[in-house]
Amino acid sequence: MSSQISLNNLVEEAQRLTGSRQNEIRDSIVKSIYSTAENIAANTVSSKIERKTNWDRKIDNVLTSPVWGFPIMFGLLALVFWVTITGANIPSAMLAEGLFWIEARLTDFFLAMDAPSWLHGFLVLGVYRSLAWVVSVMLPPMAIFFPIFTLLEDLGYLPRVAFNLDRFFKKAGAHGKQALTMSMGFGCNAAGIIACRVIDSPRERLIATLTNVFVPCNGRFPTLIALATIFISGSVSLSVSSTLATLSVAGLVVLGIAITLLVSWLLSNTLLKGETSLFTLELPPYRKPQVGQVIIRSVLDRTVFVLTRAMLIAAPAGGIIWLLANTYTGDTSILSVIAGWLDPFARHMGLDGFILTAFILGLPANEIVFPILIMSYVSGSAMMEPASLAALRQLLVDGHGWTWLTALCTMIFVLCHWPCGTTLLTIQREQHKGRWTVLAAIIPTVTGILLCTFVNYLVRGLGLI
Amino acid sequence: MGLTYQSTGTLTTREAFNVPASDNQPVIALAGNPNTGKSTVFNALTGLRQHTGNWPGKTVLQTKGTFIHNGRKYTLVDLPGTYSLLANSIDEQVARDFICFAQPEATIVVVDATCLERNLNLALQVIEITNRVVLCVNLMDEARRKQLRIEINGLSKALGIPVVATAARSKEGLPELLDITCKVVSKQLEPNPKAVRYSPEVEEAISRLEPQIKALFGNSINPRWVALRLLDGDMNLIKNLKKYHHRERIKAAREAFA
Amino acid sequence: MAGSTTLNDVPVGSRALVTGVKADGLTRRRLLDLGLVPGTRVEVVRRSPVGDPIAFNIRGAVIALRHEESSKVTVTSI
Repeated sequence: MSSQISLNNLVEEAQRLTGSRQNEIRDSIVKSIYSTAENIAANTVSSKIERKTNWDRKIDNVLTSPVWGFPIMFGLLALVFWVTITGANIPSAMLAEGLFWIEARLTDFFLAMDAPSWLHGFLVLGVYRSLAWVVSVMLPPMAIFFPIFTLLEDLGYLPRVAFNLDRFFKKAGAHGKQALTMSMGFGCNAAGIIACRVIDSPRERLIATLTNVFVPCNGRFPTLIALATIFISGSVSLSVSSTLATLSVAGLVVLGIAITLLVSWLLSNTLLKGETSLFTLELPPYRKPQVGQVIIRSVLDRTVFVLTRAMLIAAPAGGIIWLLANTYTGDTSILSVIAGWLDPFARHMGLDGFILTAFILGLPANEIVFPILIMSYVSGSAMMEPASLAALRQLLVDGHGWTWLTALCTMIFVLCHWPCGTTLLTIQREQHKGRWTVLAAIIPTVTGILLCTFVNYLVRGLGLI
Repeated sequence: MGLTYQSTGTLTTREAFNVPASDNQPVIALAGNPNTGKSTVFNALTGLRQHTGNWPGKTVLQTKGTFIHNGRKYTLVDLPGTYSLLANSIDEQVARDFICFAQPEATIVVVDATCLERNLNLALQVIEITNRVVLCVNLMDEARRKQLRIEINGLSKALGIPVVATAARSKEGLPELLDITCKVVSKQLEPNPKAVRYSPEVEEAISRLEPQIKALFGNSINPRWVALRLLDGDMNLIKNLKKYHHRERIKAAREAFA
Repeated sequence: MAGSTTLNDVPVGSRALVTGVKADGLTRRRLLDLGLVPGTRVEVVRRSPVGDPIAFNIRGAVIALRHEESSKVTVTSI
């Protein structure tokens, strides 16, 4: 092994040459590289105009100003939601009308064929209807939100968000880049988890991973929007209700961020204690995104994605719901048995058994929770026109005793419950240890249960309902 | 050419980096700072013929793809975006190890035309490891928007390597980039990088170490660069060098008995 | 002639000249790697609305550093 010895000799020789001046040598080496870079750049880069207005600076002066920085950030968040909500109204209505017209035709067909009613039930009322729900209610908001989010990302706005929020993350013992991974979670929680790779330190990466679920992903927004819209519309005009719905959804997001910080703080003071690593954040210049290209590609991408997931997950889930709701043991359906079993516990949380069941069955993909819930309420009763808000409101309020408190608690649980199947799988792949994946499911669930229960009893206690 | 056999599971062959090794398909590495449009360049060159996985043993994303130019197929490996190769993070280690040990037939360094000084830091470090480098000055459209002018020829002369200006978003300059890179691969173009000059103290130390390094590693790894890393006390690289050297000796021993 | 201070104490809008890095090991290497070598001119661009981090213009790039890091870079005001 003489050459191994030679290599060790080399190392020793190098150490001898540097002596105690390791730091100085290091400084000198890095300085030489930077000086060379500086010289070369000075000789090869020139600016045509003498005084250029630094637009990036000017913009950042506003976006990160002490007075306007935060209001603009939240204003922007609200604006994005508002555009999503109002933009999705018409396509949703159109899709709902079209798809349910098709459902009626399918029913006619089945009748004409004299098909057994269970077949019609399973295929049309279960599988097809679930598909129709996801496509008409969930797809438009998802296809609008995602491109807007991508545009913001391409523009370079996200580092500014991290810049504004960093102090809070630092106090919570989290890595500064968690603000970025959290933002990525808005698009898709699984993508947010993968984004956590930018955090080198395992401890901080884990905190970012375990809390990513507290920002509602693209699949959860439509549920929040639907619930907010249903309960606010009615006696108010459309524009007012859109605004109010926007505010309530935005408010929930802010709540989610607050919970993220709180749970991060808890984790870094209990299970995941340790050092905070060095953090540098680059604020790159704003880039003009290729708006047209991004929008088109994003809309198509999302549409394909949602449709595929709808076929692979929502459709079968719909079939299963129909089976559960129409298979009887004695004189109650299996679905009712399950819901009934969960009901007492759910009531403490301000929910009911059906709602909890819908969440549980919605594990594969968050966007099917709301459709499953509606379908479990509807099945067994007369066919209804599900497309209109008024009908939905009637179903929930008159049909199943919902109040605004129920809606609120449901929305809170949407925010704080176990991550969807894809996200859990991603966490397992990234962390390799089962215990973190389990924890990733437990933490938001426990938080959700506690928070819902608290809100439920608080509102009742205060006599507000 | 290329390192084609498996060693005792150490990170010193291309296959150990999860990159296919074959004499007929040269490997090109794509390096650069984050935020330089490096992925736009990668996507433009490989289109859909790409695959994302992980660098072996690390949770760092590895994307590799293939493209065909003038009838020949090439593998393009997207290295993690890094500001430097002085190995202060896993990303930097991965990038550095690949360029140093997997020895791609060419390395493209993507820099941001609007932020050249900062970006050159990485480029200068890369040309210390290997001389088969092409500089891709990207985001030229942004530079034009900001009224910046870049002296491409001057840059090329100062660095001693070919330089291509691109705006990958609109595919500007990409054919030329491919041309020049493939010429570097086929050795039609042999870049002659200008080394960074260090302080007298450092240069003196380098000249003391260089002969021994050459004796140990021959010309497979740039001795000047190894000397700098030794002086810097880069423990991680030294560990990998030991593994590499061990493997090379086994290879030499096998060939002696072949 | 302005005395020695640390980067986080330089007022927003002014410039400073780096004289050294008061750290060791990985922190030192990372700070140097950003370009904070002695002799570098740094411009203090802005503070976050809540006070920390502070954004600096280092060799053309705008980089934000927390108090923990910026207090380790010694500078003289220009």
